[in-house]
Amino acid sequence: MFPFIFEWIWDIGHLLFFGGFWYAVGILGAGMTYCIAKAAWDTMNDSGESHH
Amino acid sequence: MDAALIPEGAKRCSFPKFMLGIAIVGAVLLWGVYAMLLCWFKGLNQTNMNDYYGFALWIWADLAVIAVGGGAFFTGLLKYIFKIDELKNIINFAVIIGFICYSSALLILAIDIGQPLRGWFIFWHANVHSMLTEVAFCLSCYFAVLTIEFIPNILENRQLNKVPFFHHLAHNMHGVMAIFAATGAFLSFFHQGSLGGVAGVMYGRPFAFREGLLIWPWSFFLFTWSAAAFGPCFTLLVTRVTEAVTGKKLVKDNVVHLLAKISGWMIFTYMIAKIIDTLYWAKITAPGLGFELSHFYTSNGFYGYWILVLEVIVCGVIPGLLLITKTTRENPTFRLIAIVLAVIGVCINRWVMVLQIMAVPVMPFDTWALYIPSWQEVATTILPVAYGIILIAVAYRYLPVFPQELELNRRPEARES
Repeated sequence: MFPFIFEWIWDIGHLLFFGGFWYAVGILGAGMTYCIAKAAWDTMNDSGESHH
Repeated sequence: MDAALIPEGAKRCSFPKFMLGIAIVGAVLLWGVYAMLLCWFKGLNQTNMNDYYGFALWIWADLAVIAVGGGAFFTGLLKYIFKIDELKNIINFAVIIGFICYSSALLILAIDIGQPLRGWFIFWHANVHSMLTEVAFCLSCYFAVLTIEFIPNILENRQLNKVPFFHHLAHNMHGVMAIFAATGAFLSFFHQGSLGGVAGVMYGRPFAFREGLLIWPWSFFLFTWSAAAFGPCFTLLVTRVTEAVTGKKLVKDNVVHLLAKISGWMIFTYMIAKIIDTLYWAKITAPGLGFELSHFYTSNGFYGYWILVLEVIVCGVIPGLLLITKTTRENPTFRLIAIVLAVIGVCINRWVMVLQIMAVPVMPFDTWALYIPSWQEVATTILPVAYGIILIAVAYRYLPVFPQELELNRRPEARES
């Protein structure tokens, strides 16, 4: 899972497999961080205009 | 008692009646939890697993719920990426069904591995050459996607939405939902496919083995295709059941017809590919490995040609034809028959691909190995059904799941005014 785990090998299998995994986790993490941070910002500067 | 939590304007049954229903289903849930605890505390000797069946009945339950849960990713793909806007009226419910299916799949896996405390090993000490590792990764990540897709609906609860932070969070999450939906489609493509790929690469099991493209056997693509095709039928089926239980129309006909039509064409094209795959396997692949087709369907007390006909024709071609034909698709009875058959069909397909595989003898001295699950396996397989009913009941009661509900269930005099 991480390069510091003893089984880790710098080969194409690990790079592709974990590249895809961390790419997906990264998108989800970044997306949620953006939503939470923006929600906090919007709450602090609440104009009461947001709707969906 | 809980009126303040119920969506504004929506009519719900009384709280005692609701709790009575939850208690009845809850009793079934507790039965499953008891069986689950037996498996965890006493071990997998509670199952009828043997050298032929190393994953018990659960592997079928797992693949089946993942297949029918495919409606969430495919509906999300259609709504957010292909911009089919009408589906906004059913996407919330598709997500909830997907959430139930995937959380159930993870729960079943947690029971199946016997030692859930070591479940994290599959991430930490990942075998990058295993399709099942890929399944575990994509399944977990996709469950995270479904949770993210479910959160805005929860935050739209009448009381929660009054909290400014939650209100803004739900609004912002809606704004970037397309990115999450695209990630979900990417993850689903791989884990649905890899579940089929696991069967297809087993060259020691000629019943399952398939040729393919590069490292992916044809079963990889067929599994993804079938989940996208049959998953929406399960969404439509659960919607229909919910409408029957609540006595209300919850989704407009045009939305149902559209999803049924898309599903129908997906099923129809999938069945063409499936029939070609089956014929090629029966005529070329299996004989090339030394087996005639009759070997897989005779000389045993259960698996006959009937299961092939049931899966491919009765629960595959027929629902596909019923759903692509406008008159039958728009007839509620025929549509219901089609979606019920389709859901049964994909469950049979998963059964065949994980359980019949194990039953077929592969050595000259071998015999058919049929499997009878223990009551603990059955109880833990029913457990997710009870959990799903409870979650749908709670979500329907307290969340604005169906955007068209109020419009469709206005009293006549209110409609006129």
